[in-house]
Amino acid sequence: MGTPSEQPLIVGGKRLDGRAMDELRPITITAGVLNRANGSAYLTWGRNKVMAAVYGPKEVFPKHETDPYKAVVRCRYLMAPFSTDDHGRSGPNRRSREISMVIKEAFANVVVAEVYPKTAIEVYIEILESHGSTRVAGLTAAAVALANAGIPMRDLPIGVSIGKIDGQVAVDMQKEEDNFGQADMPLAIKPTTGEIVLLQMDGKMTRSEFEQALDMAYAKVDEIHELQVAALKEYFDRAAVMPQEE
Amino acid sequence: MVMAIDELKKATVLDFIKSGKRIDGRGFDEYRKITIKKGAIGVAEGSADVTIGKSRVIAGVKTEIVTPFSDRPNEGTLTFGADFLPMAHETFEPGPPRIESIELARVVDRGIRAAEAIDLKSMFIEEGKVWGVYVDIYVIDHDGNLLDAAAMASTAALQSLELPAYRDGKIIREERSPKALLEVPTYCTFVKIGDKLVLDPLYSEEIVADARITFCVGDDMLYAIQKAGHGAFTKEETLSMLDRSFALRKELLSHIER
Repeated sequence: MGTPSEQPLIVGGKRLDGRAMDELRPITITAGVLNRANGSAYLTWGRNKVMAAVYGPKEVFPKHETDPYKAVVRCRYLMAPFSTDDHGRSGPNRRSREISMVIKEAFANVVVAEVYPKTAIEVYIEILESHGSTRVAGLTAAAVALANAGIPMRDLPIGVSIGKIDGQVAVDMQKEEDNFGQADMPLAIKPTTGEIVLLQMDGKMTRSEFEQALDMAYAKVDEIHELQVAALKEYFDRAAVMPQEE
Repeated sequence: MVMAIDELKKATVLDFIKSGKRIDGRGFDEYRKITIKKGAIGVAEGSADVTIGKSRVIAGVKTEIVTPFSDRPNEGTLTFGADFLPMAHETFEPGPPRIESIELARVVDRGIRAAEAIDLKSMFIEEGKVWGVYVDIYVIDHDGNLLDAAAMASTAALQSLELPAYRDGKIIREERSPKALLEVPTYCTFVKIGDKLVLDPLYSEEIVADARITFCVGDDMLYAIQKAGHGAFTKEETLSMLDRSFALRKELLSHIER
C-alpha cells in the first residue's frame, strides 16, 4: 500500500471523483474493434483505456508447450510506456508477468479448452492509459474479446476491485485511492456461479471488512456483466449490416 | 515438463483425497513438521533455514547503503528475490527466473510490506542515503508449499536481522545491532483438489490441485491474499480458509519466534 494519505480521500461522504462508496466509475465497452485479431474489445473504465485482443485457436509455439488434450490459454498484460505519469519501460516486468499469470488462470477456468486440443488461445491486454485497477479492467475487456473471437466459454467473468480508503470499504479503486488507501483487492467473479477466479489483496483489512468487500464485489457483478453482454450484442447488430469485403 | 512418475502418482493422490485422506496421513487442515533455524548463514545480517516436511528454503538478508526512492526519501528500501535452484527439483532448470519464483517473491513481499513488519522509517541514514534491505529466498528442496516456507524463512530472517554500523561513510559489518520487527505476519497456503480444501500441500498434491490460495494475516488483520490456478473458490470457502489462517497463526508464530 502507498504512503498514508495526507489529503482525505473521502470528503462529505463522497470520494475524490464524487463517487459514492459503492459506485463504479463509468464503463464503456466496444467489441470487435480490431481488424486482424479473431476477437477484440476496447474498454474505458473511468480514465483507464484498455485494448484487448484474442488470437486463436492457433498453432502452439514453442511446440513443446502443446497440450494434446486441450488448448493452451495464454495471456499477456502490459502497460504502455505512455500510460502513466512517469515514463514506463516497454515490455514485461515482474509485476506485469504476475498479473498476466493470474488473468490467464482466471480464463483457463472458463474457456472450454477441450474443444481445441493442440492449439493456443492467446489473450493480449494493453493498458493504454492507466488510472487504477487496470488488471480487472483488462480482464473485463479480455473476456469480451474472447467471446468476440467465438471461443466457447462456460461463463463471462467480470473484474472489479474493492479497497479501503480512509478506513472505509469502497468499490473500484481509482489511482489516488490505490496509492493512498489502506487496502486494494482485485477480484474476478463468474456471474452465473458466483465463484471467484481471481483474488489478490494487499493492505490492511479486518475479517469483517473482507467479508463486506466480497459482498460489495458481488453487488457489482451484474452491472459489469450487463455491459459486457450489451457490447457483444451491439457487435453482432453492427456485423450483420457491415458490407462483406473480400 | 511432464514427469512420468508424477502422472502415475496423480491417480493415487486423488483417490486418497476423495476418500478424505492424505498420502502422508495428515488431516486436510494440518501442517507438516516445521523447523526453523535462525542465523544459519553467519555472514548474512539476518538468515533462516526453514523446513516444512521435506521442503526446504533458506532466506538470507543483506544490507547496503542505497539511494532512497524519490517518493519516500526518508525510508529504507526492501527488496525480495527468489531463486528456484535446479538442485531443488528436476523441473527447475537453470536460466531466467520462472514466473513461479517471481510470483512467490512478490507475494512474500506484499504481505511483509502491507503488515509494515519492518520499520523502514528507522533506516534513514542521511540525506540521499538509506539502508537497502535485500531478502533473497533460496529454494533448495521442493516438496510443495514453497510459498509458506519462503514466507516463514523471510520473516524469521528479518526477525534475526542485525543492522551493521555505519560511520564516516563506511559500513562496519563486524559491528551489528538488532533490529526488531514491528509485526510478524504469518502465511497459510491451501490448495483445492476437487471440492476439498487442503492446507500445506505436498508437491504431489500441488500437481493435482485445481487452485491455490495464500492468506497473510496478523492477529486480527488480513494483510495479503493471492489466488492462483485455474480453479475457483466460493465466498464460503474463502472465508473458511481465512478463519483457519487466523486460527493457525499462534502455532506458526511459535515456530518463527522461537
